[in-house]
Amino acid sequence: MGKRLFASVMGYATWREPYVRVVPFAGRYSPKPHDVIVGIVQDVQKTFWLLDIDASRWAPLHTSGTSWEPGPGELDQFLRIGEAVLVAVENLDATGKIGVTMKGEGLGKLSGGTLATVSPAKIPRVIGKGGSMIHSITQLTGTQVAVGQNGRIWIEGSSEGILRVRECLRIIETEGQRSGLTERIEGFLRSTGPTDDTGPRMPPSADEDRPDRNGAREEPSGPDDAPDIPSNESHEGEGSWET
Amino acid sequence: MSEVVSAEIQTTHIIDLARAGRRLDGRGIDDWRPVSVTPGYVKSADGSALVHVGDTTVLCGVKLEIGKPFPDTPNAGVLTTNAELIALSSPTFEPGPPQPEAIELSRVVDRSIRAAETIDLTKLCVTPSEKCWTCYVDIHCLDHAGNLIDAAQLAALGALTHATVPAQRFGVAEHDYPLDVSHFPVECTFVRLGDRIVADPTFEEETAGQGRLTVATDELGNVVAMQKGKIGAFSPDEVVETVERAFRHGDRLRNVVRGT
Repeated sequence: MGKRLFASVMGYATWREPYVRVVPFAGRYSPKPHDVIVGIVQDVQKTFWLLDIDASRWAPLHTSGTSWEPGPGELDQFLRIGEAVLVAVENLDATGKIGVTMKGEGLGKLSGGTLATVSPAKIPRVIGKGGSMIHSITQLTGTQVAVGQNGRIWIEGSSEGILRVRECLRIIETEGQRSGLTERIEGFLRSTGPTDDTGPRMPPSADEDRPDRNGAREEPSGPDDAPDIPSNESHEGEGSWET
Repeated sequence: MSEVVSAEIQTTHIIDLARAGRRLDGRGIDDWRPVSVTPGYVKSADGSALVHVGDTTVLCGVKLEIGKPFPDTPNAGVLTTNAELIALSSPTFEPGPPQPEAIELSRVVDRSIRAAETIDLTKLCVTPSEKCWTCYVDIHCLDHAGNLIDAAQLAALGALTHATVPAQRFGVAEHDYPLDVSHFPVECTFVRLGDRIVADPTFEEETAGQGRLTVATDELGNVVAMQKGKIGAFSPDEVVETVERAFRHGDRLRNVVRGT
C-alpha cells in the first residue's frame, strides 16, 4: 500500500475512517441488490425475457420472477419486445450476471405514461432527502412517478405534467451539485404552475388529476409510489451530505 | 448492444406530443436546435469546421494533396468524403469497420456537395491525366444526439468554405490560395412522427420516427440531392411541403456557415 489513494472515477469523495467513499459525478449504472430499476424488453426467450437496464449487460427476467405462469412459447403474451417493466435487482453473481425479479410491491409492467432518463449518479438528487424532492415534483405537477436507480424514470399524467417533470429533471441534472435544490424546484414549479393545456389553474386544482392517478393504480400491474421507498433506503447516506 | 430497442411507451409519447404540435425539448415542429459553426477548428488541417446542432457535435477536416486524376476524368480533381462514427459518440456505435450508418452518412453528404458542384473539380486539375488535387473531406462524429446528416453536411461545407489550397507546400504555385467554393448546398432532414413531419430530429425522435427525408438545397433555389431513410412513407404533397421547409432553413443555415 502506498501513501496515496487514487479513485478510478471522478466524483465526490467522503472520508470516514477507515473507509473512503467516492460518489461518481457521472457514469453507467452499476447494479446493486435491491435496486428498483426500469428495464426495457429486448428479447423474449423460452423461459425468460432479456431486459436492457442500461447496465453493462442485459438482465434476464425469468418467469419464476413474475406472478405469471406462461406455458412454453407463451411469454410474449405477457411481455413483448419494447415494453417497459419496473423490476428489482435480486442477485449479482461473480460472473456479473444480473438477476432481476418482478415480485415485490409496486413492481410490474409499466403501461401508459412515458420514460425519461437522467444520469444514474443523479438519482439520489431526484429522490431527495427522505423522498422530499420526488414528493414535491409529483404533488406540484399532478403526476405519478416511478424512479429507477438505473436513471430511467417513468412518468404518468397529463402531457403538460409530464413535460414539467422533464423540465425538473433537466434542472436537477444540470444543477444537481448546488444546495437548496428542492426549494428551487418547488419555486420553479410554483412559478410555472398555472400554465396548463386546459387553461389557467390554481395549484390546489392538482386534485383534479387525482382521478387519473387512482385510475392508473387500479390497473393490476400499475406501480404506485412504493418504489421510492427502497430507493431512499439504499441511498440515504448519499442523500445526507447534500440538500 | 449496437441495436437497443427503445421503450414503446416512450415512442408513443413522442408521437402523441407531435400530434399536438409539441416536442420533448419544447421546440415547435419546424424549429431547429441552436446551430453553431466554428471554422478553422483544427489548425493542422487545410480546412476544418466544428459544428454543434444542439448536443450533436461533428468535426470535419479537409486535406488537399497532389494525386493523379481518374482515367475517365483526366481534367478533374478528386473529391473523397469519409465519415467516422467513433464509438465514444453514442452507445449505438461500435468500433471496427464502418457500419451501414456511417457509409450512408458519408455518401449523402458527398452527394449534396458533388451534385451542387460546390467545388469546380476541373479547377483542381493541375496537369491533365497526370497531376491534380485530391480533396479529402473527413467527417468525425464526436457526439450523436440526432440529425447527424445535417450536422455532418454543415461541417463539410464549413470546412470547404474556409479551406486553403496548400500550393506552396506541394510546389505547384508560389503561394497558397483559398479553395474556390462556388455553391453552398445545405441539407435538411425531417422525420415523420404520426401525421406530423418534424425538422432537425433528436436521437429519440429519429428512433421513434416513421420515415426520414433529407433534402439538400442550394443558394440558387435548386434541390440538389435527396435521401429517404427508415421505414415509412411520404405523400407527394408532404414531399413538396418538406422541400419548401428545407429552402427556408437552408437559407438561414447558409448564412451561418458563411459567417454573414
